[in-house]
Amino acid sequence: MPQDYKQITKSVYKKDARMLLTGQAVYTNDLAPADCLIVKALRSPYPHALIKKIDTTRAMKVPGIACVITYKDVPRKRFNMAGQTHPELSAADQYLLEERLRYVGDEVAIVAGADEACVNKAMKLIDVKYEVLEPVLDPETAMDNPVLVHPEEDWTQPAAGMGDNKRNLAGGVVFDHGDMDATMAECDVIVEDTFRTQATHQGMMEPFVTFTEMDPYGRIKITSSTQIPFHVRRIVANALDIPKSKVRVVKPRVGGGFGAKQSACTECMPAIVTWKTGMPAKMVYTREECLTASNSRHEMIVKARMGFMKDGTMRAIDMNVISNQGAYGEHAPTTLGLTCHKAMTLYHPVDAYRFRGHVVYTNMVRAGAYRGYGATQGIFALESLMDNAAEALGMDKAEIRLKNMARQGDVMPAYYNNTMLSCTLDKCLIRAKEMVDWDNRPKVVDLGNGHVRALGIAMSLQGSGISGVDQAAADIRLSAEGFYSLMIGSADMGTGSDTTLSQIAAEVLGCDVDDVVPSGVDTDVSPYDSGSYASSTAYLTGGAVKKAAESLLQKMTQAAADIMGVTADKVGFDGETFSNEENDMMLTREELAIKAHAGNLSCLTASANNMQKNSPPPFMTCIAEVDVDMATGKVTPIETVGVVDCGTPLNERIVKVQTEGGIIQGLGMALYEKVQYTDRGSMFNKNFMLYKMPARTDIGRIRVDIAPSYEPNGPFGAKSIGEVVINASPPAIANAVYAATGVRCDLPITPEKVYMGMKKNGRIK
Amino acid sequence: MIAALTVNGRSFEEDVRPDEMLYDYLRRHGFKSVKCGCDTTNCGLCTVWMDGTPVLSCSVPVLRASGHEITTLEGVRQEAEDFGRFMAAQTAEQCGFCNTGFIMNVLAMVRELENPTIEEIQHYLEGNLCRCTGYEAHLRALRNYLAIVHGNSRMFEEGEVPEDAARL
Repeated sequence: MPQDYKQITKSVYKKDARMLLTGQAVYTNDLAPADCLIVKALRSPYPHALIKKIDTTRAMKVPGIACVITYKDVPRKRFNMAGQTHPELSAADQYLLEERLRYVGDEVAIVAGADEACVNKAMKLIDVKYEVLEPVLDPETAMDNPVLVHPEEDWTQPAAGMGDNKRNLAGGVVFDHGDMDATMAECDVIVEDTFRTQATHQGMMEPFVTFTEMDPYGRIKITSSTQIPFHVRRIVANALDIPKSKVRVVKPRVGGGFGAKQSACTECMPAIVTWKTGMPAKMVYTREECLTASNSRHEMIVKARMGFMKDGTMRAIDMNVISNQGAYGEHAPTTLGLTCHKAMTLYHPVDAYRFRGHVVYTNMVRAGAYRGYGATQGIFALESLMDNAAEALGMDKAEIRLKNMARQGDVMPAYYNNTMLSCTLDKCLIRAKEMVDWDNRPKVVDLGNGHVRALGIAMSLQGSGISGVDQAAADIRLSAEGFYSLMIGSADMGTGSDTTLSQIAAEVLGCDVDDVVPSGVDTDVSPYDSGSYASSTAYLTGGAVKKAAESLLQKMTQAAADIMGVTADKVGFDGETFSNEENDMMLTREELAIKAHAGNLSCLTASANNMQKNSPPPFMTCIAEVDVDMATGKVTPIETVGVVDCGTPLNERIVKVQTEGGIIQGLGMALYEKVQYTDRGSMFNKNFMLYKMPARTDIGRIRVDIAPSYEPNGPFGAKSIGEVVINASPPAIANAVYAATGVRCDLPITPEKVYMGMKKNGRIK
Repeated sequence: MIAALTVNGRSFEEDVRPDEMLYDYLRRHGFKSVKCGCDTTNCGLCTVWMDGTPVLSCSVPVLRASGHEITTLEGVRQEAEDFGRFMAAQTAEQCGFCNTGFIMNVLAMVRELENPTIEEIQHYLEGNLCRCTGYEAHLRALRNYLAIVHGNSRMFEEGEVPEDAARL
């Protein structure tokens, strides 16, 4: 249980702080050799087309061009780019290049040359004849549409993914618990509505970037800004159809990921160039490519229904979802799984849960992983609907949540029947209420100057790793000089996990965090880790680090005991010095290290693996205050407060920054951001001038707090923090707007939609 | 065409392509602190100084910088550390990719504005996007930095005490 820690919970500096804050060359593009070939892709101008003829003769003649690769030059073996653990549920539905083009931006050819100018020139000289086909652009009519996005015969997917390419299905999820119809029939109040959440762009500041080169053993070495180094090794080997032993992946500092870099967007193209030419190659996506040729959040249409008794007791949750996958099936079934399990679990085990969901292929940019990963969309629907329920029942919006929320000790039918071992969601809600003085102030105030201010509340959860599937390992050793080397395979993408993992090791070993040197990731030397996604690093990798450090401590103590000539149980260790009371011998850590590295057979190193059968949810409550200009419908965020239960916070300031960042990314989704297309299927807002991410003047004030719990399966009681924090602010803001105006609309909540909504519901003339 | 400019006090003179941007030029010459996040002048990552004034190097042709003094973060590292330690204390650097452009603008701001208010600060830095932090940690770092290094405590309420930060 909670105790006085010496290293964890402390707000130590991130280990890379100095390098990042003084602009040192630590990112992928900074490290690329100067003589890299520049790799670019010629992209499809049509959402759906077939290449009838492609002639590269003239392009190849441009001085400086090293190669032009078309569908004729790549393996005919379908794979997918999703970075997930085997068996991957996403369909194997793409070749590296193919005659069929499935969205505006799909790769037609790969061109590599000495510089950008010659590559650009060569791309213009590739002669392509297209047969333009009818595209599928509406997710609601995609299923069983006569036009198929993937008509091919060699499309495959594990049965559990529930997709069917002949029906435009990339995946599905079905879940039942209890008797839905009978339970609903017993309910006094039933509320239902349909909610639409949009595709949004992860917006990590560092674009996708990869460089590749041959290593001394004739293997391909990939340096990439990725969350999934080990999965990239597999994906590139699959794409190039080469042995996995021929691929090595290195991850330097990463300038943000948010899930985008859980798909291998830029790795395969330079890899095939290097494999074919033997020359180093580099691919740096422009921001336009980041938007138009990578992946975004799944657009979803969520029909939700809830049943209640008169006293406010929730009895049933029923959801029906269409998820828009776009052209290729990465993360299709798994995101929808979270829409089901990680939304419905927000509420106390109810008598009936039902979930029906389809993920449909369309001729749009592929969807993928984005912080929240499906839970965001499901929670948006349920937490919006919860306010309608409170109104129908005449209850306070916080009170109805407090009455029905998940509690510690619950067995959770919608969460794989796991028992909730740690949960302070109630404390999160109570604390958030205190922070805004919820009980003593009106939830809606007409300022009398044409503006109305209102409060909205919402809760969220996520998981901590993928239970029973993902795993992490850590290697730790006492170096010859007495410090610790910690080798990890999880990818710090800027969140500070290299630091928090070092804090865990330091806590176990009783040393200062500066005595622990983390390193990773290099797939040749780092221990296997499924990667930094699914909110797994603190919980899973952290658990591996703790086990490895404990094992090393045991070995060091034994080695010290052997040198002192006593049994290990007589030896004490304060982090710096071993001592025993039997013969008063002392031995410093450094002395032990020197002895262990000269004339010694035993090696002071330890490895540990961690896999967990459960994925304990972290929780959050958000309360948002907005100002609505009743003349224009413009919504201005005034303040958003958030309180999180992440188990034990491993580094309080990192937890705080993660929480604030998540709230604002959610605020962007609520008010500003949407990937938009023309009616011809081409992305319209494909740069930061048109795609609006929140600036520091767009967000109002943010205040956060922590309501720690203690998760018995987590390292020192820790759960995750990275994703749960994006899920609560969108419904909290939407609920505040609803309270102010009576308007519910698709995301994002733009002035136009609020204005038109108020005209329709009679709030304004 | 010949571009002649100084970068961090060092002179450069060479024949450049007329369409080369200052961002690419600086990267090509090893000033790797300069980052690019958007190509459309909307993110602030590529901020450097031209004669002491912040510019977005992704949209300044090198030839326009010819005859001017350019400063990148490499040229003001000590000052960057003086502010950076307050960022580190809040773990506000996070992924770090927007840091250099942001810091160049912060250092320009403290030269340009005397005792700025919070509104002036937010307005000055509006063009520097950050996707990790939600900006609050930037603000905490800034107010401690301004109070302790520049003696501007306007962002503190009465009774609040600025928090010093250890060296990087």
